Amino acid sequence: MRTTTPSQDFIRGIWDENPVLVQMLGLCPALAVTNSVKNALAMSAATFFVICCSSVLVSSCKRFIPNEVRISAYILVIATFVTLADMLLQAYAPVQHKELGAFMALIVVNCMILGRQEAFASKNNPFRSLLDAVGTGIGFTIALLMMGGFREILGTGAFLEYSLFGPNFEPWVIMVLPAGGFLTLGFILLAMGYAEHRKKANEIVNEQVKTAL
Amino acid sequence: MSEEGMNEGLEVQDSGTPPEQESPAKAEVSTFQLVATLAVAGALAGLLIVLVNQHTKPIIDKYKAEQLRKAVYEVLPGAEHYDTYYLVDGSLSLSLPEGAKESDFKRVYVGYTAAGQRLGVAVSRGESGFQDVVQIIFGFDHVTGKLTGMKVLDSKETPGLGDKIYKDKAFVDQFFAGPETPLVPVKSGAGKGLPNEIDTITGATISSKTVIGIINHGLEEWKPILDQGIPQAPARSVDEEAQQ
Amino acid sequence: MNDQTLFSIFFSAMVVNNFTLAMFLGLCPFMGVSARVETALRMGLANIFVLVLTALSVWVLNTYILETVPYLRIISFIIVIASLVQIVEMAVKKLSPTLFRQLGIFLPLMTTNCAILGLAIFQTNRGYGFLQGLTFAVGAGLGLTLALVLMASIRESLEFSDIPGIAKGTGLVLIIAGILSLAFMGFAGLL
Repeated sequence: MRTTTPSQDFIRGIWDENPVLVQMLGLCPALAVTNSVKNALAMSAATFFVICCSSVLVSSCKRFIPNEVRISAYILVIATFVTLADMLLQAYAPVQHKELGAFMALIVVNCMILGRQEAFASKNNPFRSLLDAVGTGIGFTIALLMMGGFREILGTGAFLEYSLFGPNFEPWVIMVLPAGGFLTLGFILLAMGYAEHRKKANEIVNEQVKTAL
Repeated sequence: MSEEGMNEGLEVQDSGTPPEQESPAKAEVSTFQLVATLAVAGALAGLLIVLVNQHTKPIIDKYKAEQLRKAVYEVLPGAEHYDTYYLVDGSLSLSLPEGAKESDFKRVYVGYTAAGQRLGVAVSRGESGFQDVVQIIFGFDHVTGKLTGMKVLDSKETPGLGDKIYKDKAFVDQFFAGPETPLVPVKSGAGKGLPNEIDTITGATISSKTVIGIINHGLEEWKPILDQGIPQAPARSVDEEAQQ
Repeated sequence: MNDQTLFSIFFSAMVVNNFTLAMFLGLCPFMGVSARVETALRMGLANIFVLVLTALSVWVLNTYILETVPYLRIISFIIVIASLVQIVEMAVKKLSPTLFRQLGIFLPLMTTNCAILGLAIFQTNRGYGFLQGLTFAVGAGLGLTLALVLMASIRESLEFSDIPGIAKGTGLVLIIAGILSLAFMGFAGLL
């Protein structure tokens, strides 16, 4: 951990160690509430709030948390912020709150948040923990928006409820159904796997070209 | 006061976990310290939540009451205020028995015109649809039994098919056209023009029939009770109810 | 108050609104322990057990304690679940060390299994009574087990097939899950 610079803390979570697409954490919200971009945004915002607050608090209080009860303490901290986010969202964005439904409360069991507390915030200072949390939060948002974008555009022919293809477009209803969530993420992973594969193949070719020369 | 009590309750639960969890571990930190840490954390968490709750609760309650009022007025066109009647021991009552939970009682909303004339009754009810429970609110004339309106409050019906029960205006409008009850579902265009027929949505027969079923069952349940007569509400409480 | 019949609750939780395939709850074990049918089955059974215990405790909490302070729900649920999982873990360790080893990390991880907290939240939101809650838990648990075992049996048969390199791993599991989820949509409308 000590070898990373603050900027690395920040950037790492966004793509290279993207919580959803690479580490496969927080799949439950990533699949469940991404049937529209709006829901994806609301979920990202709530998660962002929770992960930033928890990381800062946990890293500021890490000296007072005995090692034996740290997991319980983290969960307590996360649950508190989730309750706060839940109440604030319900008060100021009731429509989105209804759409997210039980998945709002389920942010508590998003492994991504607990993972960052255990792996980073408990060992680093508040500033770096905040950077790390913001990076991870942005990575989560990117993944959710990707899913939400694909699913909403194909499933309803609209983006943020603005019709894109006109009335003759027959929406792929399956994309906004649960099955569409699994398939979308599956295909995104396949595409990423393919990109990785191509990159490696190119490297091998380059390597061979070098040795041949 | 009760909030205070709850915090303490929480602390006890907190402290239940750590000793079981970690007591075999090296005894560097005493059990007391573990319990104390979690207790303090729990108390702070409880305090924070209580504070924010005090701020947000009025907003949330106001919004919920507003939504309910809008829904009642929508299914009882022309209503200006309404009273909530609870079903207590088989008869309607404006007030709950001492110490009873509000959520334990079934209820109807009786709507009035601005002149204070009884307009009709609105009932909220849910039943299993195609995917999950469909929750609707519908209004009817408690004397003739004619429907005055229907609104879907909650549904997870299939997008593009089942969700037409609230997105398809032609379907929804049928419930506002004052059909007689009990409603009879018919295939679109195959009806005989009877006043209690509702055209179902092509491709969403189950969802349409669910809506019709909810209304018919709701009427079966409430009509006999309403026929016994609705107790008169004191004029002032009417205004207060409408204010809320 | 909720007057859904027990049968409809059970059937809805088990197949029509299957926790894993339709509601995305409990995906971690679904991805993690679905490589072998036998382990999947045991994981499913352990899940049913914890779900039933959770439903019971949540009912007690909702009826006697949380009535006055609904906003402490999330915190108290997660604390109760964490304690329950801890107790189950100790019991399994004592009673069947073999099972304990097989389930490995996924047993303690059950605390952060969305299915358990999800059950608690749904049970509360829908206002299920005692028997309804119990039926819901058993249905949901059987549904999880069903999904896990189906997935595991598919993955076992795929083990020696010639899969393109890029599709190995999670991507493939997700696409199979998508197809299973499609198949489960066929159950809709049965209620």
